[in-house]
Amino acid sequence: MSYIQQILFVLAAGFAIWLFAGNIRKIRRNILLGKEEPYTDNPSQRWKNVFLLAFGQKKMFRNPLVAVMHFVVYAGFVIINIEVLEIFLDGVLGTHRLFAGWSGALYIFLINAFEWLAVGVILFCAIFLIRRNIIKLKRFISHDLDGWPRSDANYILITEIVLMILFLTLNASDTLLQQRGYGHYAEHTTGNFVFSQFLHPVLDGIGNGGLVGVERTCWWLHILGIFAFLNYLPYSKHLHILLAFPNAYYARLWPEGKIRNMPAIQHEVLYAMQPGLAPVNAVAPDKFGAKDVTDLSWRNLLDAYSCTECGRCSSACPASQTGKKLSPRKIMMATRDRTEDIGRNIDANGEFKDDGKTLLHDYISVEELRACTTCNACVEECPVSISPLEIILELRRSLIMDESNAPQEWNVMFSNVENNFAPWKFSPDERDKWAEEMQ
Amino acid sequence: MHVPTMAEMMANGQTPEVLFWVGCAGSFDQRAQKITKAFATILHKVGINYAILGKEEMCTGDPARRAGNEFMFQMMAYQNIQTLNNYGIKKIVTACPHCFNILRNEYPELGGQYEVVHHTTLLQQLIDEGKIRLREGGSFKGKRITYHDSCYLGRANDIYDAPRKVLELLDAELVEMKRCRSKGLCCGAGGAQMFKEEEKGSTRINFERANEALDTAPNVIAAACPFCNTMLTDGVKNKEKEAEVQVLDVAELIAQSME
Ligand code: SF4
Ligand code: SF4
Repeated sequence: MSYIQQILFVLAAGFAIWLFAGNIRKIRRNILLGKEEPYTDNPSQRWKNVFLLAFGQKKMFRNPLVAVMHFVVYAGFVIINIEVLEIFLDGVLGTHRLFAGWSGALYIFLINAFEWLAVGVILFCAIFLIRRNIIKLKRFISHDLDGWPRSDANYILITEIVLMILFLTLNASDTLLQQRGYGHYAEHTTGNFVFSQFLHPVLDGIGNGGLVGVERTCWWLHILGIFAFLNYLPYSKHLHILLAFPNAYYARLWPEGKIRNMPAIQHEVLYAMQPGLAPVNAVAPDKFGAKDVTDLSWRNLLDAYSCTECGRCSSACPASQTGKKLSPRKIMMATRDRTEDIGRNIDANGEFKDDGKTLLHDYISVEELRACTTCNACVEECPVSISPLEIILELRRSLIMDESNAPQEWNVMFSNVENNFAPWKFSPDERDKWAEEMQ
Repeated sequence: MHVPTMAEMMANGQTPEVLFWVGCAGSFDQRAQKITKAFATILHKVGINYAILGKEEMCTGDPARRAGNEFMFQMMAYQNIQTLNNYGIKKIVTACPHCFNILRNEYPELGGQYEVVHHTTLLQQLIDEGKIRLREGGSFKGKRITYHDSCYLGRANDIYDAPRKVLELLDAELVEMKRCRSKGLCCGAGGAQMFKEEEKGSTRINFERANEALDTAPNVIAAACPFCNTMLTDGVKNKEKEAEVQVLDVAELIAQSME
């Protein structure tokens, strides 16, 4: 019997890991569809960001109450993985509570700590569900999330609750069997654990055979649930529990106000002004800014895959808040959708086959791009170091420089800048009129 | 009062301590000209050796770049950097956060490296050094003032305290809006929005922000950016509060209270 379980476990684990590795490889390939951009300077600052922003979730603490709840759910999820390691080894080796024999009191302390975390996770996930579905916080009922993204968030919260209940029931049935001195359960007596003992009265009516069934079922469902969760991540906003770390490492280390330079244009202007400097075979770039995700940098695509769809950006965005069509969260979701679509296209055809679509126009409209004030509120709020603004600006560049698509008022402004050296139609001779008036 | 230009200084064999970069709004916009004059007056009274570029100054290219027109931006940056480098400029002060940001963060990689300060930072330094003294019982004593963070000063460059420290000197009652500092709501002008109609929406951004400022029941809304100033002034007018509530630049508040 035990051998059959061991074999089944190894097969399930192998399948889950194989599937997951394949998905991760695809995501990595998709991200690298973006253009190269160096992000390797200053490693010490980058590691600091990983600890502060990713492990420490520093930005979340802009709202301390939510930060604490989120931190418990996340810590619960990560730390309970130490227990999953034991479950995994038990599964492979056919052992039971492998670590209990080695570590005695520490083991009992750890399991009790996990139970505290499990209860915390259940409680806070329930609160998160209430915030989303009953209190209906504004950023969660936005149309950005219509359809799959809204269900995605709920599924994950429910799954977390179920996994934690399985974990507690597993401990409860185990300790009850220990008390009864039944079979191998009696070999490592751990004593009761802090929360699961309260489930004993519920389980007490079940005979030994049935209780072993409960224990095994919980054990299997718990670990299979985790395998399923692992393979659900790549399709979900919950990918952020993995990608928040690289995204913090590759955070932009310059002031938010600075925007990406375009050296190609810088040089073209330089050669126009000083033709002597132009190399003989200078070729002008044929494309400016970004029309599709492949024109963005890999950094922007990593951003898109890291987005938690939390909507903090859009709640702070002056355009979203005054009813404009722009929502920085939607910019990120659209960028991820388009990247995924291109990835699927490559999977199906071996290489990308033109589908007549582009990020600009088909996924993100001109009206959205036009509404941005470049205020950086979205960048400032994002808990996982995303810049929706960078994508908006790259798309704007394509609109203006490739398509000459500008509102009439901007064209007037451009020509004023060109001819009068100011965005308004004033004579450059009047630039210091104010100073003359002070004489 | 005479405002010296770089060309004059050069002709007289002088070098100023600091270049006052006026910016397009400060040069041409009637409302913003008052801010420029107030700041020049302060520089003059404190006895700072400064100069302006005068007719040689050009748009930094900020609205063009943020609208997406990189060509135009690079053209402007090239010409301005030539002018600044020809004069051997080392230090620049400006009363416009957009000029400040672009000169400080975006010109260096194009060959324009200067020490750039915003006028609120310079004012704070002058106050700390005891060089700016205000009249006893100045005109803003006891008044309620709320400060609006400019995006390009605050989030873009992390300058939140300097303007507030300057305002503290006025002996006024400083009140914060619901969204302030790094959470401050934009006035709606940035990203070249100043130069076009807003997109369709439920309200205007400057109305939303001005209403939030008015919720603090202020006598004065203080700004540190000529564009914010225009946007908030329009928002206050929209609520027909312009008789009770003034929108003033930090420099104007100080200039009006100086000895
Ligand atoms: S930078 Fe643009 S998208 Fe981001 S919050 Fe400001 S207006 Fe919204
Ligand atoms: S971009 Fe950042 S703030 Fe906006 S939804 Fe995604 S994770 Fe949240």
